[in-house]
Amino acid sequence: MDFLFITQQTLSATIGVNTIIFALAAIGLNMHFGYTGLLNFGQAGFLAIGAYSVAVPVISFGLPLWVAFLIGIFNSVIFALLLGVPTLRLRADYLAIVTIAAAEIVRQIARSATFNSTLGGSDGITGKFGADFFALNPFKSGIDTPILRFNANDLWVVITGWSLVAFIVFIMWVMVNSPWGRLMRAIREDEDAVRSLGKNVYLYKMQSLIIGGVIGTCGGFVYALSRQSVQPDNYGTALTFFAYTVLILGGAARVFSPVIGAMIFWFLIVFIEQVLRQGVSNNLIPDWLIGANQVSQIRFMLMGLGLMLLMIYRPQGIFGDRKELALDAKA
Amino acid sequence: MAKSLTLLTLGRSALLFLALLIFPVLLSSPAQAETPTKLYGVITNSEGEPLSDIGISILGPDGFSSQAATNEQGLWEVPILSKGSYSITINVDDLPEGQALTNPDKGTVKANVFMLGVDLRILFPIGPGVVQSSLLERSAQLTLDGILLGLVIALAALGLSLIFGTTGLTNFAHGEILTLAGLLTYYLSAIVGLPVLAAAPLAVLLGALISGFLQDKYLWKPLRRRGTGLIAMLVISIGLAIFLRYFFLFIFGGDTRQLPQYAGQAGIELGLLSFTPKSILTTVIGILLILGATLWLLRTRMGKASRAVADNPALASASGIDVQKVIRAVWILGATLASYAGVVVTINQGVSFLMGQDMLLLIFAAVTLGGLGTANGALVGSLIIGLFVQLSTLFIPTELKYVGALIVLILILIIRPQGILGKKERIG
Repeated sequence: MDFLFITQQTLSATIGVNTIIFALAAIGLNMHFGYTGLLNFGQAGFLAIGAYSVAVPVISFGLPLWVAFLIGIFNSVIFALLLGVPTLRLRADYLAIVTIAAAEIVRQIARSATFNSTLGGSDGITGKFGADFFALNPFKSGIDTPILRFNANDLWVVITGWSLVAFIVFIMWVMVNSPWGRLMRAIREDEDAVRSLGKNVYLYKMQSLIIGGVIGTCGGFVYALSRQSVQPDNYGTALTFFAYTVLILGGAARVFSPVIGAMIFWFLIVFIEQVLRQGVSNNLIPDWLIGANQVSQIRFMLMGLGLMLLMIYRPQGIFGDRKELALDAKA
Repeated sequence: MAKSLTLLTLGRSALLFLALLIFPVLLSSPAQAETPTKLYGVITNSEGEPLSDIGISILGPDGFSSQAATNEQGLWEVPILSKGSYSITINVDDLPEGQALTNPDKGTVKANVFMLGVDLRILFPIGPGVVQSSLLERSAQLTLDGILLGLVIALAALGLSLIFGTTGLTNFAHGEILTLAGLLTYYLSAIVGLPVLAAAPLAVLLGALISGFLQDKYLWKPLRRRGTGLIAMLVISIGLAIFLRYFFLFIFGGDTRQLPQYAGQAGIELGLLSFTPKSILTTVIGILLILGATLWLLRTRMGKASRAVADNPALASASGIDVQKVIRAVWILGATLASYAGVVVTINQGVSFLMGQDMLLLIFAAVTLGGLGTANGALVGSLIIGLFVQLSTLFIPTELKYVGALIVLILILIIRPQGILGKKERIG
């Protein structure tokens, strides 16, 4: 076993691009679920909208990248309004079913052959739509140390990505500690009490849905830019579920927990995957038990099992406060 | 090797996949940087005979453009000199009468050339062309298909709805009950060698035991006893669904498999309709099962008790109903119906590890449409979703049929949030 390689891979992944993407997706969910109690199961849809909004305007319509970002945020707000108008007056599980359906609608339309010419069908879009972004890259070469390894482009994505995460975490911290944030938590705890104080709960829930959705869309920007490609099947329901795993792992209703949760999540995933891969390729794990291409399946099984056990034995996550959010609220 | 490792580092799943595809090729033919690469393919008809004079046009990076046609062996090839993304289009008009692309949307294929010196084969699967039938014929056939689909959804939705009604659990792992029963049918018939007519009922029984009795006894009942919240249970069911789905993939592999018997049963033509005997038999049994479940709910003590528990668990418990026993019965009933739904899909379309996941959203849509927690609402919702999914293909592309159903769900929620048969106070 090449432990140095495993360490390098694992640590690079812990602060890598995927961690940034999942941290952003989970920060958005934290706004929805952690602070307002909205059960949004369509976060993958928000990320997909971000990713396609970066790729399509640049590739198909030749617009500059910064316009594409604005289009993405605009689309995200519209998507949140579409989701919120019919469901925010209803019980939480209606929102869950409608959002999961809406995210699936986005994915199926994106991968359909009908819109192949603009959205790229099931192959998605691959191209240099991030050229404007990478042109600003000051790094001529990547880093390759025993503990970290990024190529030049990834280094640039990682540094700008973490800056974005830091900025959003700061904004979140300001927001949730304001009177507005307290109102959100009050809605989560007892909607009727807030309503009896004369507040328009519907409007506040809508604000939460939009803000969390836009943060998720930023995750979609990073997803698309870092890979210079958009593939519709990356934005399935599994993405949403894993974002929830990240959020619950860190502990909902804490500003920093999605970030820590994402780091732990990717640390574990890449570590387990690398160890299994090395075990399989060095014949330490017999072939009849796990084949070379079955490692990622084991990884997903462990993710599902981990989510179950976490929810059963420690629903408040690592940093969460059981009193603040016991997840026992009415469905 | 170095290239392949960098890709691993990046964790780019798509590229990794391509790299893995290319990797064995690299080993077998050492690449020469100067060697020109070619894109090539062999075009054959549905019988496997080569087709000649089929036009192929290729567009590539830096304005690269080229034409080719297949020779007597059905072979075409185009040399290329630079790396990049190519799009290859087959001239569909050149195909002989009665032959068409199996997937009409794949007339243009994209290929990324990462490395020169490695030839890339491009596939255009050809099959017998689709015979156009009249609108009336298609509507009639689609209505029948819609009712069949609606029935499968109803079988699964009834259990989901009953479990939701009695325990409040929104079970995201319900689809996996279908998959498990489908896989059991496959194993019992294809591996153990039982006839399908014996394997199917055995699979339903095993499904009722594993997905119903054991699942409730060892997972959900202890959780209820701990006082786990409803949202927490919902998330647990998501974890369970992910675990099971990839467990099935691990055991079973990724492809759709057909049962050894009745896979290619010939259809019976009856007026405008065509159907297979197996679809009729499975449908009739399905209707009987639903009738049986309805009678159980309406007539038996246990059924009545389950409705009482759904209405008000505390009051039901106070009036001497054993709530845990009722919930166990509901789980077993729900798992039996869902397992049978899985068996129906397996017999008619084959089974894959994604079967349950593909059905789950339709089941949710049906249950929500009819009104969460109401049994007859679930039946009505299922029929509407089934019919809508199939009939919408008259107007929208087939690949978007589920999108249509999901949009209808959202629209109905705007107009009538409690669902078609739901009671108003349920939406809270």
